[in-house]
Amino acid sequence: MARMEDVEFKERLFLKGYPFSHYSPRPGDPRANAVTPLRKPLSACIVALVTTAGLSLPEQPPFDLTIRNGDSSFREIPSDISPQLLEMNQRSWSFDQTGILRDRNLTFPLDRLREMQQRGEIGALSPHSYSFMGSIVGPSRLMTESAPAVARRLKADNVDVVLLTPV
Amino acid sequence: MCNQSVGLIQRQIEYTGITTVSISLLREITEKTRPPRALFVPYPLGYPLGEPNNADLQTRIIQAAFALLPRNDCPVLETLTP
Repeated sequence: MARMEDVEFKERLFLKGYPFSHYSPRPGDPRANAVTPLRKPLSACIVALVTTAGLSLPEQPPFDLTIRNGDSSFREIPSDISPQLLEMNQRSWSFDQTGILRDRNLTFPLDRLREMQQRGEIGALSPHSYSFMGSIVGPSRLMTESAPAVARRLKADNVDVVLLTPV
Repeated sequence: MCNQSVGLIQRQIEYTGITTVSISLLREITEKTRPPRALFVPYPLGYPLGEPNNADLQTRIIQAAFALLPRNDCPVLETLTP
């Protein structure tokens, strides 16, 4: 089990003082309590993945580890690829990367969702899934630009359900 | 920070009209970021779906997360039961 003690001391101190509420939607912001009920059975739903593992395709520019407040950009990943092709660029060393390097499905389970589609447990895998790099300490651009952009793209693909995985 | 980023992205997607669920590795952070639905899993950072090359376990965790999708009493934060 991951506990706060597992997070590197420096990062833990940072998290302790981090103004989470500052980056939470203000009361009155419709994003604060938005709930979208599931409108059909999962077996009829189009499903997409969003990870913050910093995965990208070899031909895509890697995430920029040098941006001070974190790279808030995203990469669109076609869902028909083998996840093992993806490269990982991750600024955070507060977690063990070896598991994901052995099997990308650990955080980006395209193979598992394809199997669930074949078994009829989900309707379909969306043609696109999305990857961010997680360590975004200044998430303003994430909130105003990249997250809304990804949400619009998911909507354009008629996605019904999104599974999100941190690392 | 990944767990916070997930919460922020998740709420934005849910707001756009898509039903969402996330995996949580750090309960303390997820309780603060309050995403609509999250499944807390008892695994180390870097192992959100349990173990590499363990398709059965990965599938079971995804199914447990998807089982939260019909819930609308948000924020939902459940713990994976083995």
